[in-house]
Amino acid sequence: MEFGLSDDQKLLENSFRRFTEDKLPLERIRELANKKTGYDADIWNGLVELAATGVIIPEQYGGAGFKMLDAIVILESLGRTVTPVPFTGTAIMAPVALLTGGTEAQKEEWLPQIAAGEVKFGVGVTELISTRDSKGVTLSGDVLNGNAMFVIDGGPADMYLIAAGPDNMAIVPRNAPGVTVTQLTTIDYSRMHTEVKLENVKADLLGGKGKATEAIRKCIMAGRLALAADTWGAAEVMIYKAVDYAKERKQFERAIASYQAVKHMCAEMITELDPFRSLIWYAGHAYDEAPQETLINVLLAKSGIDEAAKFIKRTATEVHGGMGFTDLMGLHYWYKRVSVNRALLGTPEMLRNEAAIAQGWLAA
Amino acid sequence: MDLSYGPEYEDFRAELRAFIEKNQHKAPPPGMGMKHPEALEQDWQKLLIEHGYTCRTIPKKYGGYGAEPDILKTVIIQDEFTRANVNSGLSGQGIGMLVPTLLENGNEQQREKYIRPTIYGEIHWCQGYSEPGAGSDLASLRTNARVEDGHFIINGQKIWTSGAHFADMCFILVRTEPEKPKHEGISYIMMDMKTPGIEVRPLVTMTGAAEFNETFLTDVKVPVENVVGKRGEGWKVANTTLKHERGMLGDPSQLLSRIESILKILQNETLDGKRLIEHAMYRDRLIAAQAKTEALKFHSLRLLSHTLKNEDPGVSRLIVKYYGTTLSRELSDIALEALGELGQLYMGSPHVRSHGSWQWRNMFDLGLIIGGGTSQIQKNIISERGLGMPREPKLAETK
Repeated sequence: MEFGLSDDQKLLENSFRRFTEDKLPLERIRELANKKTGYDADIWNGLVELAATGVIIPEQYGGAGFKMLDAIVILESLGRTVTPVPFTGTAIMAPVALLTGGTEAQKEEWLPQIAAGEVKFGVGVTELISTRDSKGVTLSGDVLNGNAMFVIDGGPADMYLIAAGPDNMAIVPRNAPGVTVTQLTTIDYSRMHTEVKLENVKADLLGGKGKATEAIRKCIMAGRLALAADTWGAAEVMIYKAVDYAKERKQFERAIASYQAVKHMCAEMITELDPFRSLIWYAGHAYDEAPQETLINVLLAKSGIDEAAKFIKRTATEVHGGMGFTDLMGLHYWYKRVSVNRALLGTPEMLRNEAAIAQGWLAA
Repeated sequence: MDLSYGPEYEDFRAELRAFIEKNQHKAPPPGMGMKHPEALEQDWQKLLIEHGYTCRTIPKKYGGYGAEPDILKTVIIQDEFTRANVNSGLSGQGIGMLVPTLLENGNEQQREKYIRPTIYGEIHWCQGYSEPGAGSDLASLRTNARVEDGHFIINGQKIWTSGAHFADMCFILVRTEPEKPKHEGISYIMMDMKTPGIEVRPLVTMTGAAEFNETFLTDVKVPVENVVGKRGEGWKVANTTLKHERGMLGDPSQLLSRIESILKILQNETLDGKRLIEHAMYRDRLIAAQAKTEALKFHSLRLLSHTLKNEDPGVSRLIVKYYGTTLSRELSDIALEALGELGQLYMGSPHVRSHGSWQWRNMFDLGLIIGGGTSQIQKNIISERGLGMPREPKLAETK
């Protein structure tokens, strides 16, 4: 019995923490955020060198052939430094969709390119979770029409995987005729999501017509898990930033960390955060080793960490006092990252509703 | 990540399941143990000890099973009894706290005299720690003992002495060296509850029951050999006991079974003709609490793995009491609040659900948040020991 990271996973964690912390001191985070591209070639190439973009892609397609739990270790690190890369779309959601539902030819075409860092994918599945502004994509014959909103990592993407209803998913090049991409600028400048408008676009359908049901389902599940791990990493950093600041900042002749009012805020934050790491790990473990348990654990993990992070982002900012509200400390980059993660691929309220259905507590 | 227990442990689990299956008709109902163990409890306890399903690591010569410590087997035992909802043997402060303390700090004579009858339920213990003026700041306790003719003469008052009205013995903290600094003048003493000068008054709590007592001590004579450890070292001795108490709270398997019970309420009770589960407002709260409970379940497995490897899990262990008791209260809140007015019915009222046990549970959960180190004390511990934040400086003497 061993619940936790293996020695190899701890090494993986160390090397990614070192990599992201080296690459992203606060000044660099700020500089890249101001570009609002959700991408940096230097960091992306570094991740490719560390085999991160192919982490869950099997070796036969040029990947590292690791498990989802290894990907979670990487995602925690990326969240810790609010890393501006399209990792969730490209390295998690797209490979899961391709591996689950792609034809052999589609796998052979795209997976090696993803692993080699030659292509970046944005993934549009929002309308299968919640539809706003009456948007959505429809397929008639082999032609796509409509708007996909909040396409994950769509900003820097070269290629898109766009769901058209629950059973079809199309592989669409950004530069295909009839495709219009509009950047949706959220409060989080570290990743860029898009609206993708499709006008009579000829579709290359994942696995063929009506064959993508399972691929879409799994791709959403993996995306949620990725966001949960990213939020975990970002929220943990917010807590330690608050603790460190409180130890330095003096008022009334002593460090504010010695006031119980401040200490208790920090204790509450770490208490809300810490247990969810174990649940996220377990959901990642289940993805490969106990697939029937994955869905419910992902739903509980993302909704739970989203709620914890909501409390942490506010409280960590308050511990910083006025400085937390300024741009100087940069704390707001983490605040914004976890805020957007909460809304993407299903808010906690929606996920809990799904969890009721997934457990048979409620008719679908 | 390796969540298999391996063949040795799976065999152990299978044997235990067979044992429970075969013998559960002999078991007393699982309960809070608010009375002195009687023949039924004692016989069941004896059977469990003989098979190594309780008091497993207590040496044979003191009446235990005498196995090497094996935390996985301990966890399997706890799991299986909870799963079967079968009484897992005697608990309480004698077995949970005094016995480990005697094993660690007692002398041979004390171990031989007290451990066997304690684990077989013949001697029931209560704990005399807290005082009206010494709660979170326990070391400021004032109950004192002077020594005369080979006896401590104890005077003072204790509070929260649960079970004192039927206990045979009490382990008590008293100040024996008033001239020393507060942590250094305390002794840990075993006191016979039949000694003249002890008056126990039931302390009725908000639940309406008297789960605790106030215990008044007037010139109570206790032989000096009843001190555990050295005179004046009681604080250190007591801390081994408190360590054992903290391990007793935040059991996720209990919380998971409570979620099942709440789910049944939501599925069976109706509001405006619609099952409660179909009302999003209650369902949403239950699933939010379920997420935290599942997180605690895997968190406990993670802590278990650290323990197996002799690693210090740091802050991850320190949060458990605060997290577990807060969550427990949230669960009983949900049950009550989903029942609306019906949830407010109590004891023998018409229409009452589960004999009012959710109200009792909810109030008692608040007691658990306060007892055994309040949430505020827990937050001090988490932030100081877990996050390295400085202690609040002491105020200059203001007396």
